[in-house]
Amino acid sequence: MARLIRCIADNVVSPLGTTSRSNYDSVKAGRSGLARYESMGNITTPFVLSRVDRGVIDGLCTELGIQGNYTFFEKFLLCSSVQAVRDAGIDASSDRVLFIISTTKGNVSLLGQPQEGVEQERVLLAKAAREVMRFFGNPGKPIVVCNACISGVCAQIEAMRALRSGRYDYAVVIGADEQSPFIISGFLSFKAISDEPCRPFDKDRKGLNLGECAATVVLEVSDEKKSGWELVCGAIRNDANHISGPSRTGEGSYLCLMEVLKECNRNELAFVNVHGTATAYNDEMESIALYRAGLIDVPVTGLKGYYGHTMGAAGIMESILSMYAVRDNTVLATRGYSEQGTTYPVSVCSEIRECNGSEFIKLLSGFGGSNAALLYRFVE
Amino acid sequence: MERRGLDFVALNQGNAQLTELYRTHIGDWPKFYKMDTLSKAGFVATELLLKKVGECRCSSEEFIRSRAIVLFGSTASLCADRNYQETIQDKDNYYPSPALFVYTLPNIVTGEIAIRNHWRGETSFYVLEEPDASQMAFHLACAFQDGDTESILAGWVDSRMNDDFQVFVTLVSREDAADTEWLAGQLQLMINNLNK
Repeated sequence: MARLIRCIADNVVSPLGTTSRSNYDSVKAGRSGLARYESMGNITTPFVLSRVDRGVIDGLCTELGIQGNYTFFEKFLLCSSVQAVRDAGIDASSDRVLFIISTTKGNVSLLGQPQEGVEQERVLLAKAAREVMRFFGNPGKPIVVCNACISGVCAQIEAMRALRSGRYDYAVVIGADEQSPFIISGFLSFKAISDEPCRPFDKDRKGLNLGECAATVVLEVSDEKKSGWELVCGAIRNDANHISGPSRTGEGSYLCLMEVLKECNRNELAFVNVHGTATAYNDEMESIALYRAGLIDVPVTGLKGYYGHTMGAAGIMESILSMYAVRDNTVLATRGYSEQGTTYPVSVCSEIRECNGSEFIKLLSGFGGSNAALLYRFVE
Repeated sequence: MERRGLDFVALNQGNAQLTELYRTHIGDWPKFYKMDTLSKAGFVATELLLKKVGECRCSSEEFIRSRAIVLFGSTASLCADRNYQETIQDKDNYYPSPALFVYTLPNIVTGEIAIRNHWRGETSFYVLEEPDASQMAFHLACAFQDGDTESILAGWVDSRMNDDFQVFVTLVSREDAADTEWLAGQLQLMINNLNK
């Protein structure tokens, strides 16, 4: 019997709020952080983005005692993790606490715009992670999960494994990405970005929106059953098909779903929180994987219409919001969806629905042919 | 009984070496020429390792689902990041290219290797401060908590600039990883080869 992994604290910092609760309430009320931008830096093509107000982050830093020469990315990680660690009531300076950072591009904006007082070396992801750990006085060695869009789910899976190994008592899993001209221009060059709010799974979907978020879960390992959220299992699988295009058969996502379904009580499965980027290929691929896994009738929900694609934070923030939704017996509305636009009619809805069950699956896929899923269960 | 050491391949002699090795020993995968330095290094080292250990590519469904790829590095995609940044830095010379952008993710190298070999197991890329044998051995051992994973193509791959890379790859079985200290010792030997 695998040791039990519980989520004991969580936080989300985004344009929709600076706590998990305020984020959940905003989403439930239908608010979105997406806004249209006509240009940014050298980018002259319009795009839609969910961007965090820098003043809010600076204010939060002051409030939380985060002082020092930090980049925006590092402040973002700290704003979320300081709150979660405080709520967890753990001593993060212990060598029994593992820090895992999830990001795709970290401090990459330093390449285009060096920052006074910040060594250029911090463009290296582990150096940025080191700054965060130094703030908490944690003596461990930094580790950053950098698996494109699935990083946030992978980071939770790796934390689960490290805790089960017995080497650590707690894991602080933090995900964030800053949306700089680097990432935005790249996705624009792929013609993957919509100039309208994204429409996941809709027949008229035109592409994704990018977004900014920082999110944290604090996990603990124990051998006794306690009330709360349990991270039951997870899986990472590759399509082995294409580095930038999803598999036509949804192979990797299908394999991930089949793996987590082994531990799932199907009548307790409240919903699947999908990736749902609103690109033509991703949503079609997910519909195929869900169909093949026998999940076509299970409620499906996607959060990109509220947050955009938050990259390194996505797997963590979307897991946290799913926990709040399950406890609220709610399938959150998939904002932007109106008419079926995939080959297989997944059970996605533009309205809030009621649901029952104590479990959910979080599914992600990304560049490099990567796919990941995990299963959370609420124990009364 | 003394346990046999793990086979590995280590390379660090620049792009000319990679192209030469590709032409001499591989030759049937033109995608190689599109790859960035990080992916070329990981791809060529893996090809040479598989030849060295005599593993055939055509394999059962069961096998391709049981082979994971777990790579570590400290630079991640820094080399590709710098190349891409050049294309967007200058307003009068602005030409962002999807072909360059896609390589600004370090896990792309794991994808390139998975595609070549049809491996559908786990693929992961972890960024560390430096090559640390015990840290790597710990996370490799953790990867075997996935019950489907029976072996891992593991290694270290770094690239700061176009003609500058360091890579080693090895194959780790479930049994190898069970003795984490032994595995760390093996990885240390490979790390010692990085700068030779």
